[in-house]
Amino acid sequence: MEGSTRIREISARKAPDAISSNDALLLDVRSDQEWQIAHIPGALHIPMSQLEERLPELAPDRSRPIITYCAVGARSLRSLPTLDELGYEDAVSMTGGIVAWQELGFPVESSSALDEEKRNRYSRHLLIPEVGEAGQRRLLESNILLIGAGGLGSPAALYLAAAGVGRIGIVDDDVVDASNLQRQVLHSTVELGERKARSARRALEELNPDVEVVTYEERLTSENVDRILGDGWDLVVDGADNFPTRYLLNDASVWHDVPVVHGSIYRFEGQVTVFKPYEGPCYRCLFPQPPPPELAPSCAEGGVLGVLPGVIGSLQANEALKLALGIGEPAIGRLLLFDALGARLDEVKVRRDPDCPVCGEHPTITEYIDYVEFCTAR
Amino acid sequence: MTTVRIPPTLRTETGGESSIPASGSTVRELLDDLTGRFPALRERIYPEGELARFVNVYVEGEDVRTQEGLETPVREGGTVILLPAMAGGC
Repeated sequence: MEGSTRIREISARKAPDAISSNDALLLDVRSDQEWQIAHIPGALHIPMSQLEERLPELAPDRSRPIITYCAVGARSLRSLPTLDELGYEDAVSMTGGIVAWQELGFPVESSSALDEEKRNRYSRHLLIPEVGEAGQRRLLESNILLIGAGGLGSPAALYLAAAGVGRIGIVDDDVVDASNLQRQVLHSTVELGERKARSARRALEELNPDVEVVTYEERLTSENVDRILGDGWDLVVDGADNFPTRYLLNDASVWHDVPVVHGSIYRFEGQVTVFKPYEGPCYRCLFPQPPPPELAPSCAEGGVLGVLPGVIGSLQANEALKLALGIGEPAIGRLLLFDALGARLDEVKVRRDPDCPVCGEHPTITEYIDYVEFCTAR
Repeated sequence: MTTVRIPPTLRTETGGESSIPASGSTVRELLDDLTGRFPALRERIYPEGELARFVNVYVEGEDVRTQEGLETPVREGGTVILLPAMAGGC
């Protein structure tokens, strides 16, 4: 009977004194998410539903005074019977909770580096254990370079920007043409004739102001590739539309030790894989030689189903996000083959070639070559 | 019979066919049978009985260059994929 007649509450104003003079334990019974946003320094955090399971171990001394708190004082008051049952002799609840505490100007600390706006924007990521707040922070600090803002680059860039990749680079010297708009969803009719890199930057910044977009209004060449790759990119998404650029990017990425998420498309079919230098094969291990030009038509010559780059570019974004987060099984050493007509996804193995001229045991190509000649000469 | 998948860039040579049954117990026998029926394909990827370097051949998902090359055995009812690189990102 004595327990129920005792005053079971303490005001926020008196709490600091009780903590310092009586060595009271401050116990936060709110959810993990609430704790991350703000909590009282020095408090012990155990969500209410876990009290019975965890409190006895973390606070074995039953005679030590306990002050529970929550947001406004309701849950903490309701937690007292549980503490009584566990044998704690002197447990009280802080009136008004952390809200009252903060109104008094008392200090709180946050274990969240994300402000409220970001926590809201990325809330669906924060809810996934594999991503969570640490993962989202990682994305916000990651740097991803896209070669091409065309069919593959469009969906990849949009999803990477939406996901909160902090810095996105775009290499493209082309301008928006009406025939691009059937699939290149980064650009729109009002942007006809505009540089794709600029049009892309506008679309991405409008989508997510957290993203810094770096544009390179130039074609990737042996002369500029070292400068561009040297700008601190963690990985590259390859959406190039020609073989010389792909072989050039391969050699440069091996020498710069930067992973490449590769994608290519034609008509109804696409290929996706990840080249991680020295850990898996490179593009030359997979395809030592490009096909002769007459067997390598571009989309401009052979056509492509508008949604196909949407599928393949999104698969590339998926691989890029996994690499940036360090989760899952990236498609390293595996080439995914998508067939839109058959609605089929096949997979073949790709192994490192010990005789690869670039990443093999005894490289024979150690500096940039004439890639146009390499891709046309037979 | 083994199913041979033809890549889109080589379908002009197969009259538009994307998947062709062929017989043989090794990749070589399979290609002999297949390209015997599609001479334009032979010209492209298998001239003089040698596989062109730009084409990869996968038997049950493994590149035959990492297996026994043209002597790699193929399975009745299995799938063989012919695959050259594709350039397009457009």
